Amino acid sequence: MPVFIINRLFQALGVILVMSVLVFVGLYLIGDPTSMLVSPEATEIERQALRKALGLDQSIWVQYLTFLENAVQGDFGRSFLTGQPALQLIIERMPATVELVIVAMTFSVLVGVPLGILAGLRPKAPSSKAIMTGSILGFSLPNFWIGLMLIMLFAVYLGVLPASARGETVSVGPVALSILTVDGWQHLALPALTLGLAKAALMIRVTRAATREVLPMDYIKFARAKGLRPSRILNVHLLKNILIPIITVAGLEFGQAIAFAVVTESVFSWPGMGKLLIDSIITLDRPVVVAYLIMMVFFLVILNLVVDILYMAIDPSAREKVRD
Amino acid sequence: MDVSSMQATATTRQEPLLSIKGLKTHFATRAGVVKAVDGVDIELGRGEILGLVGESGSGKSITGFSILGLIDPPGRIVDGSIEYDGLDLVSMGEEPRRQLRGNDIAMIFQDPSMTLNPVLRIDTQLIETVQAHAEVSTAEARQRARDALVQVGIPSPDERLKAYPYELSGGMRQRIAIAIALINKPKLIIADEPTTALDVSIQGQIIYEVKQLCRKTGTALIWITHDLAVVAGLADRISVMYAGRIVETGITADVIERPLHPYTQGLIDSVPSHSTRGRRLHQIKGMTPSLLNLPQGCAFRDRCERATPECLVAPEPTLLPGGKSVRCWNPAL
Ligand SMILES: Nc1ncnc2c1ncn2[C@@H]1O[C@H](COP(=O)(O)OP(=O)(O)OP(=O)(O)O)[C@@H](O)[C@H]1O
Ligand code: SF4
Ligand SMILES: [Mg+2]
Repeated sequence: MPVFIINRLFQALGVILVMSVLVFVGLYLIGDPTSMLVSPEATEIERQALRKALGLDQSIWVQYLTFLENAVQGDFGRSFLTGQPALQLIIERMPATVELVIVAMTFSVLVGVPLGILAGLRPKAPSSKAIMTGSILGFSLPNFWIGLMLIMLFAVYLGVLPASARGETVSVGPVALSILTVDGWQHLALPALTLGLAKAALMIRVTRAATREVLPMDYIKFARAKGLRPSRILNVHLLKNILIPIITVAGLEFGQAIAFAVVTESVFSWPGMGKLLIDSIITLDRPVVVAYLIMMVFFLVILNLVVDILYMAIDPSAREKVRD
Repeated sequence: MDVSSMQATATTRQEPLLSIKGLKTHFATRAGVVKAVDGVDIELGRGEILGLVGESGSGKSITGFSILGLIDPPGRIVDGSIEYDGLDLVSMGEEPRRQLRGNDIAMIFQDPSMTLNPVLRIDTQLIETVQAHAEVSTAEARQRARDALVQVGIPSPDERLKAYPYELSGGMRQRIAIAIALINKPKLIIADEPTTALDVSIQGQIIYEVKQLCRKTGTALIWITHDLAVVAGLADRISVMYAGRIVETGITADVIERPLHPYTQGLIDSVPSHSTRGRRLHQIKGMTPSLLNLPQGCAFRDRCERATPECLVAPEPTLLPGGKSVRCWNPAL
């Protein structure tokens, strides 16, 4: 077991190295961050001074090596823009994103799995066809468009829900949460629904496919031959088997959403990490972008480990494979 | 004829436990209607063992699933009756039928590798079978589960109860499936070739044990197989199935020593045994026909050496003395 964790961590380090080089070179090629920071009428001397202060006067490779040296010691540099440590900026924004994604994913699983099972049980019924049509729509309509439509309907036309920002939050230790206030929930509703609908569409498809695959299995027929009640066959024999693909996909989607909730957060001005990432890319704030991507790689690796562990809890033969 | 089979025949004559008449189970597929079961009559007494023999695709499993009400669309029982202990299984509602399944009538499937749920422990799969039919505490159900494992000769049952299917061999899994079938003391077990996937020594052992258990508990048994030799030493009576129909039924010894139907004769001639030693084994000529493309009249006609012009009309079952029945215009009387 430890061996496979160590392997994963090494893979992650490899990915981080390659990725950080790409981001460095990429942002270097796009443009000069100092042009974003100084006023247009600043003199060349002022610009030079700023470059020097940020270390941008050195060659890209020297900059990169300096970055690596500091990063190994846990220092990911400071934002060009605000001078705050990049890591701190990201961590401050994290609760907003995590909260949004947890609510959205919970919604998508609670809605998507039952609908997917229904559609899988009776693939030819009109209700199943309606579910699948809905799923295809949710899947293929762009996220920002769904977001805009929801804003039009609930914020503009009905005027019942706010369309942007986070609303009132309550601090639990260092973490500010919206889900503890009514106002917070109202602000959370539309972005979470936007993100959740797209994910629910995917969960429906995954669940339906898994259900269709498990139903014809002999062990389901045997369960019926044993005279088990339909509820038991559904909730235990079927559900436990389809849970494996569901958890895999839900886990991956959760990670995706945390790392790249960019679109939803931008549409709703949700002050999460995705919004931070997009703002930082626009201002060429390299330390923040790099630190962000590194954190996300770590996060995704850890999430994959968690998914694997859940897997083992469900699939007994997976446990065996890891032990060997 | 030995004593037990005479008794069995005697009970059959009284009130059958299971009585199937004119059963037809068809599948509406894109290519056409597959008449998987197309006129099956079976009568089974309490505690009687019937061997249902036929080559692959002849409709044996579908017959078994029809009895349990486990035919899924596009399949459907289109005609005939299945009467079990005075109950009409075809028209019965789903909930009363569920209560019979696994409790009164149990089935053991063909392939042991997939009959147990891979993500559930063995004890769960046994205990739920008890609790689906009786209000019993889990502790009590577990005790019955353990007893059932002991009954089918599983060593160290306590360990096995905690195992998952993937940890067990094919033979062990099939024993557990048999234990599940036996656990609620059913009156009828349908065993669908439960030993074909296993190696020969385990096969013989399991057949012997199942026979003993059925005899001891008075459980009736339908043993489905494509291998006549397997049921020769097991069954009281044999029904031979071909292309969805029972073509011959009789007491085991009669069917094997004096087969009436040309197909049964072909089957017997192709079994290696002491009576045929030295002679060349005889194979039935031709191929198993597709159910979508059966010859007109008797389905066996284009493989039959005794076919006559009458055979263009499908023969009906003829009842003969001694509980025999044959579906042929030119039986070897
Ligand atoms: N779902 C289905 N759709 C269409 N045809 C089917 C379906 N299930 C079974 N059949 C057909 O019914 C026929 C009888 O099948 P059955 O499984 O009863 O055969 P069998 O006698 O048990 O054979 P085997 O010895 O191979 O198990 C086969 O020709 C099969 O193709
Ligand atoms: S009915 Fe005719 S074709 Fe069919 S088995 Fe008898 S003799 Fe052969
Ligand atoms: Mg079969």
